[in-house]
Amino acid sequence: MAETINMPKLGFDMAEGTLIRWVKQVGETIHKGDVLAEIETDKATVEVESPASGVVLQLIVSQGDVVPVNAPIAVVGQAGEEVSVQSSVSSDQLSVTSDQLSVSSVQKADAALPPAGTAPTPPARGSGAQAVSSPEAGGVKASPLAKKIARDNNVNLAALQGTGPGGRVVKKDVEAALVSVQSSVISDQSAVIGSQFAQPSYQVAVAAEDKVVPTTKLRQAIGRRLVESKQTVPHFYVTHEYKMDMLLEMRKQFNAYLPEDEKISVNDFIVKAAALTLRQFPNLNATIKGNEVIQFGHVNVGVAVTVPGGLMTVVVKDADQKMLRQISAEVKAMAARAREGKVKPDDVDGSTFSTSNLGMYDVEDFIAIINPPEAAILAISSAREVPVAEDGQVKIGWRMKATISVDHRVSDGAEAAQFMQKLAEFLENPVMMLV
Amino acid sequence: MAKITMREAISQALMEEMDRDPNVFIMGEEVGVWGGSYAVTKGFYDKYGPDRVKDTPIAENAIVGGAIGAAMVGLRPVAEIMTINFAFVAMDYIVNQAAKLHYMFGGQFTLPMVIRTVGGGGRQLGATHSQTPDAVFAHFPGLKVVSPGTPADAKGLLKSAIRSNDPIFFIEHATMYQVRGEVPEGDHLVPIGKSKVQREGRDLTIVTYCKGLELSMKAADELAKEGIEAEIVDLRTLRPLDMEPVLESFKKTNRAVVVEEGWKSYGVGSEVVSRIYEEAFDYVDAPIVRVAQKEVPLPYNRTLEQAALPQVPDIVAAAKEVLK
Repeated sequence: MAETINMPKLGFDMAEGTLIRWVKQVGETIHKGDVLAEIETDKATVEVESPASGVVLQLIVSQGDVVPVNAPIAVVGQAGEEVSVQSSVSSDQLSVTSDQLSVSSVQKADAALPPAGTAPTPPARGSGAQAVSSPEAGGVKASPLAKKIARDNNVNLAALQGTGPGGRVVKKDVEAALVSVQSSVISDQSAVIGSQFAQPSYQVAVAAEDKVVPTTKLRQAIGRRLVESKQTVPHFYVTHEYKMDMLLEMRKQFNAYLPEDEKISVNDFIVKAAALTLRQFPNLNATIKGNEVIQFGHVNVGVAVTVPGGLMTVVVKDADQKMLRQISAEVKAMAARAREGKVKPDDVDGSTFSTSNLGMYDVEDFIAIINPPEAAILAISSAREVPVAEDGQVKIGWRMKATISVDHRVSDGAEAAQFMQKLAEFLENPVMMLV
Repeated sequence: MAKITMREAISQALMEEMDRDPNVFIMGEEVGVWGGSYAVTKGFYDKYGPDRVKDTPIAENAIVGGAIGAAMVGLRPVAEIMTINFAFVAMDYIVNQAAKLHYMFGGQFTLPMVIRTVGGGGRQLGATHSQTPDAVFAHFPGLKVVSPGTPADAKGLLKSAIRSNDPIFFIEHATMYQVRGEVPEGDHLVPIGKSKVQREGRDLTIVTYCKGLELSMKAADELAKEGIEAEIVDLRTLRPLDMEPVLESFKKTNRAVVVEEGWKSYGVGSEVVSRIYEEAFDYVDAPIVRVAQKEVPLPYNRTLEQAALPQVPDIVAAAKEVLK
């Protein structure tokens, strides 16, 4: 009997997914467990495995379609079977009209690692009615206990091989996945996959063998999107050096009054400064869509955070309107959640401009790849004490380099350079951030 | 502690309570001169006389009805229905009067009475005399239904039942009177409405009671040989049903088998499984399996009778099924 395959639910908050690519086409033979399609949620890209063996009879949705969770996407059965399942994604929901492209919908689709180059898509809400109901909602056969453990630990059940009767995922399968470093744990950025940043061991292996390390889904998602960003977005870069003496002094003064766990970081100042600067440069707080640039009404600054298995961007909403302490507290809380794999959807949703800071690693300068569909990203290096020429004299001063990467379709070097200059006004006169 | 039979344990409980409280008396078919169909009241007639150990006509409705009347005026009758199969004759008195009288009279009357009866198959008594319809009686609010699986619990629960001011339907098992077990001497009371873990284990939970306990303990021994540790929760009281030890155990093992001698449909197992799904859904790691009697009138033929009743290998197989 033909089996309908539905859009799986890969996280408690997932409402829809984008069908990126059909791996199998109509008429092709498919075995249970074979990859049928790749879908993309607002968090990651995931492979959909076929729950049944047979022949692909129907592909109900097209590549690029945004499909509500549990809506049918394909039918697998025996060759010659007659099937016709109606797509629940009607064409009018897919046509993007300019008035649908409100700022909020763009922000919605724009998560920490949003689909590179994919257009912001209005949520296909109200189309949740299932044309065909599946006995396994979400397409994953798992025991209630396995589902609960998976939910609590952000494990993607669809990626697990069940050892229970009929391939049911049971407790021990999820526990094994949690233990195993290379388990196909969720492709969500919040997944705990085992740190690639473990302390190096200084025991030198005499003849180390080549090691094959499978990439995690998170790593694959990062790779896919950034390749797409780098290949389709014409980047250009502007580097500026900032005098950090006053900012560091002010930070010292602030922190003298703040408890240990509330101390303000250099990065908190930069987030605030970037947000205030972006207010004056709406073109860099934007995205491009066809022939239109959408300048966002909100300034939501993304902050890249290292997490086990990759990185994710947490978002300070309306950073231009928040106090430094508030920004600091929010980033601390969101970063902690991100590292623990407990990130909330809201933490990673809706950034309009990103920052990446390698200051803690004694970096002189680096450049970042734009986090699509944003128009720019700011790469911040270390503040270092260096000899500087000032008024014809060599002095010692604190300097920090930052490089902005900008989408040339949106903006030009002059605007980016002015942005960097304006940013200097805040960073070099930090009192301006307080008024 | 003394190892005594289930029969002796029940007999002790009755005697101790009759000695303790002159309002306690026994009535039923063959309970007096004959000493009880299962010899539980042997010697009672000589000790307490015909007023406190009353032989009755073969009229179950009269036995239960008489006990209800006696309880309403302050006595504490222990009415014996020779087998649970005959309780159907007194069904109106049991479920419509005994179970509801306190409620219907707005609490003006209490009914401190015990209906002792004997259920279960396995003695080739034929389809009408071998039933285990415990769930039928446990269906009615107002009636407490108790069914012990060990001599110690039989004694402790029966003593508590006699002291209770509620009508209690006390079900013994026809094939368990010779089962021996350690029974605390003296005033040993077991609370009604409390399930108990009778054996600890980490791999699965077997929920059962009465005859099912005996079978499950043997099954657990078999399973232990293969390294499977079954935890056994004995319900002891079917109404009010104490799910707490069951849920606690299930949350530990995540897998369960429910064993009862009655039929599977609408049975005790149905209730227990539903409650687990309702109250511990997120702990379910495999479908729960019920072991129960085949859905046929119990055959007289010994081979067929044994085939229709749940057996130790059925429980072992069910345990392995849920552990798949």
